[in-house]
Amino acid sequence: MNRRKFASKLTLATISSVLGTEIVFGNQMPKDYEPLGLLNPDPFKLFKKDSEMVLLNDKPWNMEAKAHLLNDKVTPNKFMFIRNNGKIPQNITAANWKLTIDGESVQTTKSYSLQELKSKFKTHTYQLTLECGGNGRSEFNPPAKGNQWTIGAVSCANWTGVRLRDVLQDVGIKSDGVYIGYHAADTHLSGDPNKEPISRGVPITKAMQDETLLAFEMNGNPIPLTHGFPLRLVCGGWPASTSGKWLERISIRNIVHDGAKMGGSSYRVPCETVSPGSKVEESDMCIIESMPVKSIITYPKSGALLKNKSLKINGHAWAGELQVQKMEYSIDFGSTWKSCTLEKPVNRLAWQHFNAKVSFPKKGYYEVWARATDENGKSQPMILPGWNPKGYLNNACHRIAVKVVES
Amino acid sequence: MKKKQFLIGFLAVIALTVTLYFVLKKPVTEEVYQELNDVTFIELDEETILKSGFINDIGVSQVIQNCTQCHSSKLVTQNRLNKTGWEASIKWMQETQNLWDLGKNEERIVNYLAKNYAPETEGRRTNIEVAEWYELE
Repeated sequence: MNRRKFASKLTLATISSVLGTEIVFGNQMPKDYEPLGLLNPDPFKLFKKDSEMVLLNDKPWNMEAKAHLLNDKVTPNKFMFIRNNGKIPQNITAANWKLTIDGESVQTTKSYSLQELKSKFKTHTYQLTLECGGNGRSEFNPPAKGNQWTIGAVSCANWTGVRLRDVLQDVGIKSDGVYIGYHAADTHLSGDPNKEPISRGVPITKAMQDETLLAFEMNGNPIPLTHGFPLRLVCGGWPASTSGKWLERISIRNIVHDGAKMGGSSYRVPCETVSPGSKVEESDMCIIESMPVKSIITYPKSGALLKNKSLKINGHAWAGELQVQKMEYSIDFGSTWKSCTLEKPVNRLAWQHFNAKVSFPKKGYYEVWARATDENGKSQPMILPGWNPKGYLNNACHRIAVKVVES
Repeated sequence: MKKKQFLIGFLAVIALTVTLYFVLKKPVTEEVYQELNDVTFIELDEETILKSGFINDIGVSQVIQNCTQCHSSKLVTQNRLNKTGWEASIKWMQETQNLWDLGKNEERIVNYLAKNYAPETEGRRTNIEVAEWYELE
């Protein structure tokens, strides 16, 4: 669509909604104009999501899980959160898809078809934890602007693809390369074809890790459309926004990538901690890298009425680039903690499973709190961690409510 | 009498159509929005407001007209900000997301949002809200 057509199309949309009477000008609408109301299909059917998932936003699409929906060891599509910044690209043809590697620090700009990627490089599969940087945002006070994620913007699926490192080495990186930035096929909400909804990236060191993939499969099938079909960059353990969907181009940069949502308060937090509600200068904000240690109790669902005094709990724990070393629970609001059984991750950057058998002393209301500790000895806080303008990195301990009603 | 009203209405629609035709011919969207925002407050009908998902209060029509062209009402209504916060959000959208000048509607829009979607004091952790207690076998 050229710029002029885009402008007049938007204008018509505005006018009709300004007047609240689409019918009056109905005969003037261009044939390809679809009234907004007709563009809202059922997202649960469209994206094959479980009906218990929570829709946060329908333009752009944003949907999250509830803790108990994430009980599977490997997250299936139906329970995987959706975080889109722009509009999902239309009319994707995998056979014609190309990935281009360019940028200031590329030896030679080169393009690969999906078939070339698959045949030229070795394929790897890893289970990778992808958590939205803003997961838990809804709890911040003063409130932070954006989708109000509670606990369910996290997933750990199996991703299959080729290593980004192998492809970068094939094109050659100049010695001044420090960062990679992705460019994708999704389109900006305003309809402006010259704007990218999001174009983020990671330092070369993260790009070169074994587990950083150019993925074409999720859980053994082609990646679902809303999760990035046909090609997605996957950077486990980092804010999921670094895992660019609908990947068309990767630029090897000689500066920190400066694409959309790399600056300002996007996916950045104050370099030094600030008091809640502070105004922070752009120059005092730092890019989020590894996500912090966190865990969720996925069984039972919060609100269980128990007829006996024992309860089996289980869930997952993860720690960004690190491993979780210890997992504990408390039934007395953090006064005392008991150990959970904690499994090793199936591979680096995959979440780890825990379970415990909880005993309650007598009838009453209890909260089961879960606390993970990473390999550097850092634990989840009980209350909200440091406030930041956009409400990122809330790793406060997960809590479920239970009542022992008789015994 | 009714005939006269009809005629006035009819002429008004024609006049508006002609005006809009010329407005539409302008290639730059921003100017069009700006002009509309400067002309007058246009109020929407009850049904449109109800369907929008916004609280019905003074300014809701301007919010619907200007905010839901690009994103859904849900992106607004799930947020809680004070006046400064909403103003900053509008400024950010104008600087980075192609939002147009809101003209004289801005004050109405900001007041509406600050009143109806204001922050509540929550402290560092709220009570756990249980949607439904259930018996666990």
